[in-house]
Amino acid sequence: MKGPKIVVVDDEAAIRRLLRAALERARYCVIEASSAREALNAMDIDRPEAVLLDLGLPDREGLELVPLIAKTGAALLVISAREATAEKIAALDLGADDYVTKPFDTDEVLARLRRALRQRISADGNGAISIEGLEIDLLARRVRRDGQDIRLSPKEFGVLAELARHPGRVLTHAQLLRAVWGPAYEYHVEYLRVTARGLRTKIEQDPAQPRIIKTEPAVGYRLADPDS
Amino acid sequence: MNADPDRPSPEALLREAAQEGRGRLKIFLGAAPGVGKTYEMLTEGAARKKAGIDVVIGVVETHGRAETQALVEGMSVMPRKQVQYQGRTLSEMDVDAILERRPQLALVDELAHTNAPGCRHSKRWQDVEELLAAGIDVFSTVNVQHVESLNDVVASFTKVRVRETVPDHIVEEAELEVVDIPPDELIERLKEGKVYIPEEATRALGHFFSKSNLSALRELALRRAAQAVDTQMLDYVRAHALAGNWAAGERIVVAVSELPGSKTLIRAAKRLADAQGAPWAAVYIETPRSLSFTPEQRQQVAENMQLAAQLGANVASVAGPNVVEPLKAFLDDVRATQLVVGKSARSKWFELRHGSVVDHLVRETPGVAVHVLPHEHGDRAQADRQGVRARGRWGSPAGYIISVLLVAGFTAIAVAVHAFGGLANVALVYLIPVLASASLYGMRTGVFTGIVSALLYNFFFLPPIYTFTIRDPENVLTVAVFIVVAIVTSQLASRVRVQANLAERSSGQNAALASFARMLASLSSRQELGQTLCGEVAGQFDVDAVLMLPNENAKLELTSAVPPQSVLGPIDTAAAEWGFEHKEATGRGSNTLAASEWLFQPLLAGGEALGVLGVAKKDGSEPVRPDRLPFLMSFIDQAALALERVTLTEQMSTVAQLRERDRLRGALLSSVSHDLRTPLTAIIAATHELKRAKEGADPKLLADIENESERLNRFVNNMLDMVRVETGGLQLNLQPLDLTEAVAGAADQLKRELKGHPIRLDVPPDLPLVRVDPQLFHQCLVNLLENAAKFSGEKAPISVAARREREGISLSVIDEGPGLPPGEEGRVFETFVRVEGSDRKGGTGLGLAIVKGFVEAMGLQVSARNNDGGPGACFTVRFPEKTLVRETAISE
Repeated sequence: MKGPKIVVVDDEAAIRRLLRAALERARYCVIEASSAREALNAMDIDRPEAVLLDLGLPDREGLELVPLIAKTGAALLVISAREATAEKIAALDLGADDYVTKPFDTDEVLARLRRALRQRISADGNGAISIEGLEIDLLARRVRRDGQDIRLSPKEFGVLAELARHPGRVLTHAQLLRAVWGPAYEYHVEYLRVTARGLRTKIEQDPAQPRIIKTEPAVGYRLADPDS
Repeated sequence: MNADPDRPSPEALLREAAQEGRGRLKIFLGAAPGVGKTYEMLTEGAARKKAGIDVVIGVVETHGRAETQALVEGMSVMPRKQVQYQGRTLSEMDVDAILERRPQLALVDELAHTNAPGCRHSKRWQDVEELLAAGIDVFSTVNVQHVESLNDVVASFTKVRVRETVPDHIVEEAELEVVDIPPDELIERLKEGKVYIPEEATRALGHFFSKSNLSALRELALRRAAQAVDTQMLDYVRAHALAGNWAAGERIVVAVSELPGSKTLIRAAKRLADAQGAPWAAVYIETPRSLSFTPEQRQQVAENMQLAAQLGANVASVAGPNVVEPLKAFLDDVRATQLVVGKSARSKWFELRHGSVVDHLVRETPGVAVHVLPHEHGDRAQADRQGVRARGRWGSPAGYIISVLLVAGFTAIAVAVHAFGGLANVALVYLIPVLASASLYGMRTGVFTGIVSALLYNFFFLPPIYTFTIRDPENVLTVAVFIVVAIVTSQLASRVRVQANLAERSSGQNAALASFARMLASLSSRQELGQTLCGEVAGQFDVDAVLMLPNENAKLELTSAVPPQSVLGPIDTAAAEWGFEHKEATGRGSNTLAASEWLFQPLLAGGEALGVLGVAKKDGSEPVRPDRLPFLMSFIDQAALALERVTLTEQMSTVAQLRERDRLRGALLSSVSHDLRTPLTAIIAATHELKRAKEGADPKLLADIENESERLNRFVNNMLDMVRVETGGLQLNLQPLDLTEAVAGAADQLKRELKGHPIRLDVPPDLPLVRVDPQLFHQCLVNLLENAAKFSGEKAPISVAARREREGISLSVIDEGPGLPPGEEGRVFETFVRVEGSDRKGGTGLGLAIVKGFVEAMGLQVSARNNDGGPGACFTVRFPEKTLVRETAISE
């Protein structure tokens, strides 16, 4: 197997087995870990490209592993329960790329994993991406559709650019507010909501069914996959 | 100043600002002449000079002492100004010369000195003020009796009053150094002639230098210095708003009497206490005199004590044979440093005979500064008149009759004695009824009996017998002796009687309080406490007693009553509630709602009213005599403390129970959530994998597994949500939310379920944001949309419409399904209620109940109705105005 190495951290053998089957089908190389200790060992020894981490571990608080794993540069997806919104936000703020909610669809896991891995590659691209026909040029600070410039306010462009710099990654409200408004505005969610509404009316064809800026309810925003 | 100790007080800042740019004053404070102040000042001045500071001697009296003279010689001495006065030449300090010379430090002896007439200032301290104002530092000396506020105190025990005084503020602003030597040493120095005393004062000062005087003066000096330090520290603390306990070591006691003028004293004590940040207490001394008080006087005592308590004093009352002894004991007890008493309003004659109470106090309490204040005028005379009228000086008529009978009886015995004894023995027999009646009925009756006895003695036994004439002069003496015996005996007896009464009452009260305290200590519930308090109060005061405590809704309830059948009328309840609310006594005998037959006293602890105790006499008379009020208050205070303790204990156990319940609920929820979801996750994921494998398995069966496990998953989710709603375990995280975005997010998640149902979203773009919990609200929308999809026909559109209304916003989810059975609209939100036919659709009957639960937890409302003029149901969530986020607050 020559695919990217993925460490699957979960204390349930059944889940590990399933994820292994799904990941191997997609030609990933899977290393299993059933505890935090095994996970950290695997990080050291195998130097994986990505980690799937269940936050409920027997020997250590799953959240504690998030910054440790993020530090290694591996893409990180956390697996968490539906109602644990605060846990998801914390994981993202600590450096996780994305999350999946139990019970998950393996296809969805694979899609998100692919996205997270792609982000690693495109992060140092030329600064121009195209999503659903929308061209975003980060260097020129320009947004166009069908050759027409779309005029965005500085904050609207700021939000879009911040999302574009992390394609496919979920950014929490706090992360966006910190990056665009500054650290003092971390809790002013209303600014972000209003700006996002304005941004969508300008760039989305149907703001009621956004295709470019996706909402992660109660968590944050994510840019849709770029056109390939 | 005391209101907010953490804020710099303006006065303190002003005082500090005034200090800047000014010279500093240092005072060498001594207890008496001869302690070595001047020497000390010169030594320190010399040290400064050595350190390179420009020091001059403004004025120093060396009184020809060699050591002092030697010190002066090393320094530059300013020449004195010569002033002519009544043909004499006096030399005074030359202020102008010093100002011109502008030294850094000037030494000026004897700050209290009075300048010769014709000088610029009449007092030397005013000269010093001028030097200070010019920025020159000054060292000076003062004896403690020259400090203005201490002048009276010193005079009261040394009998020497000095006229030259220094105002207190000068001393307060100065740095103080106490020059202190033990009294024995000072007396020794005096004998050796080392202390300079002006010739003319020698006689007067001889008595001044007694050891006890010197000890007291020394203590005063030390205390004054300590107080100055405290004042300066307090100023510093106030100016810089340092928090913490810097309180001066002062404790103030005010002695309260039955006079209305005591209120002046109490207020004065309060001012003193405030100014010094000191704790204070008010004490009433119960003396034999108290027993003969009129009801008005008793009432006055109670009012005075109440005023003191209101102003924040600790109040106490102690009993004793006179004022001084128990007061002294009390001062020792509370370690008082200052005492406030009223100026005795007794007659000069009384004071000569008995000594003034104030003098006694000052002598007996050397460690305590005594403030003697005049009583307000006018009250005294009235109070005295009332006192005179009230005292039953003439005794009861029964006493006279019995005394006469006694004398008659003893006359019979005397006749018998006379038969075989001399006249002297007969006289002794007559003493017995005199003693008896004087001790039993008081002085007047005793004197009356003495006269009757003397008359009968004279009539029956003294020659000439059977006449009232006395031939022998020595028999006149006998009559006089009878009368004197009657007076002395009656006084002794009455004093013993009064004290016995007082002691009995006081020890009875103490015993009752002590046993009450013991009872309280063992109580653990409010009920028990109420019963005990009512029982004790009813027994001690012979009244009906009720205790009212607030219930969970903070409404007063009759908790305990003795006797149990006691009932309160509307006015009584009103009085109780008023008293509870305002933390004041109400009802009978008070100023508020006095029409009630009950007297209500609040139970106060830590400034909070915890409940109200009501007392009433069965016959409707005044429930508690004013002089017994302090005793009742003692009961109430103890009960309030115990009540606070019991309440806290009960609350603690409730909190502990709640916490335990929360912990269990949390543990249960997470364990159920984990244990049910994990296998579900495995099943669902495995089914997906099998579907992809596309080999062997019947795709229909696989679809069944997938659908059913997803249904199970929904059920688990709903159940967990419902548990959270029903157990109150929802923790809200309210955030501004855009409704368009929220609906889009929910629709996005339900892509599969909503497949084929076009969503018509109709949300005006300028709608305000709403403040809700995004996670919970998302779940509500998901449930509503799911419900709509479930009941709509294939491809039937679902509309979501938001509208700004007059009050708030409404958001409706409208389907085109069969609608709700008429009359069932409200029931759809009930737990496990499924509208007819919904079974087939695989609903759990919880989705809408969860919507209702979540929505209401966030302060919103939800309702259901059938569409007007068309098929289908409409579910509407209403956002009240207060959940809207004002857009003006948001701008880029």
